[in-house]
Amino acid sequence: MCLAIPGKLLSITGQLDDTFRQGKVSFGGITKEVNLSMVPEAQVGDYVLVHVGVAIGKVDEEEAKQTFEYLKAMGEVEELKDEESQ
Amino acid sequence: MKYLSEYRDPELVQQYLEQIHQVTTQPWKIMEICGGQTHSLVKNGILEMLPEQITMVHGPGCPVCVTPVSIIDEAVWLAKQPDTIICSFGDMLRVPGSQKSLLEAKAEGADVRILYSPLEAVQLAKQNPDKEIVFFAVGFETTAPANALSIVHADTNGVKNYSILASHVLVPPAMEAILGDPENQIDAFLAAGHVCTIMGTEEYYPVVEKYKTPVVITGFEPVDLLQGILMAVQQLEKGEYKLENQYTRYVQREGNRMAKQTMEQVFTVNDRMWRGIGTIPQSGFEVNDRYRQYNARVKFRIDIPLARENPSCISGDIMKGLKKPFQCPNFGTHCKPEHPLGAPMVSSEGACAAYYHYSAATQPA
Ligand code: SF4
Repeated sequence: MCLAIPGKLLSITGQLDDTFRQGKVSFGGITKEVNLSMVPEAQVGDYVLVHVGVAIGKVDEEEAKQTFEYLKAMGEVEELKDEESQ
Repeated sequence: MKYLSEYRDPELVQQYLEQIHQVTTQPWKIMEICGGQTHSLVKNGILEMLPEQITMVHGPGCPVCVTPVSIIDEAVWLAKQPDTIICSFGDMLRVPGSQKSLLEAKAEGADVRILYSPLEAVQLAKQNPDKEIVFFAVGFETTAPANALSIVHADTNGVKNYSILASHVLVPPAMEAILGDPENQIDAFLAAGHVCTIMGTEEYYPVVEKYKTPVVITGFEPVDLLQGILMAVQQLEKGEYKLENQYTRYVQREGNRMAKQTMEQVFTVNDRMWRGIGTIPQSGFEVNDRYRQYNARVKFRIDIPLARENPSCISGDIMKGLKKPFQCPNFGTHCKPEHPLGAPMVSSEGACAAYYHYSAATQPA
């Protein structure tokens, strides 16, 4: 449950108040709604590290891709798929 | 099982392994704090590749595993209240309480749901105004900001039928408890990378100084773990003790400012009981007075007797590094992932489950 997965911020989907921002993030093609309140500096096209639906940091694109590949090969991104199919 | 060479830079993996073998001249015990690291070490077969003199001790870094029986009992009690939906991360449902797990409560008719994020629980509260939604909020510093944010979000949106049952634990006080134990055998720590993504690095300096013990902030991929272990062994062999950051690509000195602010806004630090270890002073988060209406313990006036841990589970000794999972008489017999006796067998980040699933070579000879 402590897993944090990097993904690409595709679009900002909502801004409820000053800090509460939502966006769509793609994890190797699987997209999810992610909260962006902790990363006010993140822009569309940036890569963010996501933990339990909240982005906790910005990451370098190359790093993000390598980490994602690792997680995928290890079968650790299943929890994303499970969510999608629910 | 997959092998290391298939991932990020196999040459680097080889190099680090060779270097570790070269620099190691004495036996060292190194504890990795984070359950994700335990999982990765075991799953990738790294334990078997390290020099014999290096023992990796699997620390209390799985929040599922250290949540005490009494808090599981509180969650089960809440699940039985009328018109109440209790939600949490998947692993929490199978952790045995003193009578039953949340999953068993669910089988008996309680409304228990698995969610991916606490923010989904706030959403659920909005959709079900006639129900009380409780999020069973477990986690270390990595997860605490999301749980805090769910309360801020509920509050700003006037959602009143939402609360959390907080079971938050903090890493540095646990390290101090382990190092301060007279039985302590740990020579160095790998600190948890993602915890530090939130908290930054500052709070580890006092631990390093006070206990003269090397701490290396480390990631969870094989290359990270091997580099972190190498950095720790280099310090130990030279008789040094420093804080080092292996995981610079995800960890900055000041951590995540917004996340820390949100936690400060919602939580207060309290004494916390850790399953298998006991009470550690100032080692957890509880919802503060300002947000007390979102604290399930206050809202529902939970008052149930304190439960005892299962005495035949030796998870405390495992987390202190005194024993390995296969030394537990229940391991693989009375205690398996399908019917766990203790929490470390529940989550794949728990040492017992990791050994059970992946490790042939960690079995006794
Ligand atoms: S094998 Fe089961 S009973 Fe033994 S220490 Fe692990 S969780 Fe506890």
